[in-house]
Amino acid sequence: MKKRLIAMLIVPLTVSLTALAQKVDKVTAQQFVDLQQGERVYAGFRRAHAKGICVTGEFVSNGRLAAFSRATIFKPGATPFTGRFSIAGNNPTAPDLKAPVRSLALSFVSSASQQWRLAMNTPPVTAVSDPHSFYQQLQALKAGPEAITAFFRAHPESADFLAWKARYQPTASFATEQYHSINAFYLVDESGQRRAVRWSFEPRANKPVTQAQHKDALHDELQQRLAQQTVVFDWVFTFAGAGDDENNPAKQWPDNRQRVVVGELEISAWQPQSSGHCHVINFDPLVLPDGIEPTRDPILRARSAAYAESYRRRAWERLTAGGEGAKND
Amino acid sequence: MISRYPYSMRLLHWSMAALMVSMLCAGLLMVRSLEPWQLTLLNMHKSFGLVAALLIVVRTVNRLRLKLPTPSEPQNRYQSAVANTVHRLLYALMFLMPLTGLLMQYAAARPVDVFGAFRLPAAELTDIQQFAVFRELHGLLAVVFMGIIALHIAGACHHYLSARRR
Repeated sequence: MKKRLIAMLIVPLTVSLTALAQKVDKVTAQQFVDLQQGERVYAGFRRAHAKGICVTGEFVSNGRLAAFSRATIFKPGATPFTGRFSIAGNNPTAPDLKAPVRSLALSFVSSASQQWRLAMNTPPVTAVSDPHSFYQQLQALKAGPEAITAFFRAHPESADFLAWKARYQPTASFATEQYHSINAFYLVDESGQRRAVRWSFEPRANKPVTQAQHKDALHDELQQRLAQQTVVFDWVFTFAGAGDDENNPAKQWPDNRQRVVVGELEISAWQPQSSGHCHVINFDPLVLPDGIEPTRDPILRARSAAYAESYRRRAWERLTAGGEGAKND
Repeated sequence: MISRYPYSMRLLHWSMAALMVSMLCAGLLMVRSLEPWQLTLLNMHKSFGLVAALLIVVRTVNRLRLKLPTPSEPQNRYQSAVANTVHRLLYALMFLMPLTGLLMQYAAARPVDVFGAFRLPAAELTDIQQFAVFRELHGLLAVVFMGIIALHIAGACHHYLSARRR
């Protein structure tokens, strides 16, 4: 009897240790975040997309998605949010217009047990479809133009990303960009039926209110704009068609897929991230409400694990004080 | 006078031993991995964390309610002091591990989905400092827990072997 019980303890232990040994050659969350944070650590700040600005407002749902997802937020009506515009990179004082990627993150709290965080980027697809290639892509980006050219030559799956990059014209405003879900998710309706979707936030504004070129150009433009008007985006869902692989974020879906405009995101105010609430939120795309489920997309799952490591590091830095990022509550 | 631990205590001991070892292994794997199974393991870890919290309450009530068997061999003062300390620490850690785990989810405003059946409420506003306290405690206590479990197993082996020698 006792021997069997001891065996019951030893078997899972051995299995786990074997699993550990097998994954030695795989990139860990720690290695990933080490690479993102680089040589210089900006204490208290996100390891990626460190520079940003908090925004608040509400999402007004038109009810058109309620038939496809039981998430409360898609019933007709308004849900407030806390959000954040940001630029790529580890430096919280980097020049806005130099960053290759801009982001919009949102946090909806429908109730204490129904919360949703979204973290979106300007590119509609990723360059690669697994975290290990993504790690190599980041290494190549750091190594310089030759390394990145060689990387893309070795990764034909980057074709859709490169096509987007070739036609993308960065604008002079956060408010005139399109922001994409990056990964696909499932909508789950009342009967439990799942449908794969991607989404995007499409701007109503079409020209910047200033043409500044300085370091904080995008941040200043947004502040001036919000002093005059609400910033509005249409929230558009795209349904996967036959043959679309929801687990591959590097592949663009064809243009003729069913699209549903589900409502308006109305941004009405901004706060500097040194005092706004957005700074303490981990915009982990896998904090999902009932009615939205994650796909098996390896990039999506790796994002969540890497965000957790970045959040753990900066949470500790804020607790133990230090850095500018630690100041606000 | 009884010579064996009551059945309910043995059942709780071995089922929780299996749970604790699995939870510690899962924890070590999931904080490092970027693989797709990480999410599945993480969700299981959180769900079983609630199970562990409930089981330790049942176990403590059961422990206070029942009589323990008399030690099969005479113990010196030093031995029984070590045994008592280790057992108290094990009980404290069995409370603190799920407690800090659930509190760090609460502070980070992450509702825990328990086996897909229901959700635990979380803070509506993230408190990053509180999160840091519970997150670091959870990790630190896990290391202490592994050490105490090792001591506990060493003690059990020692008794088993010295009983066989007699």
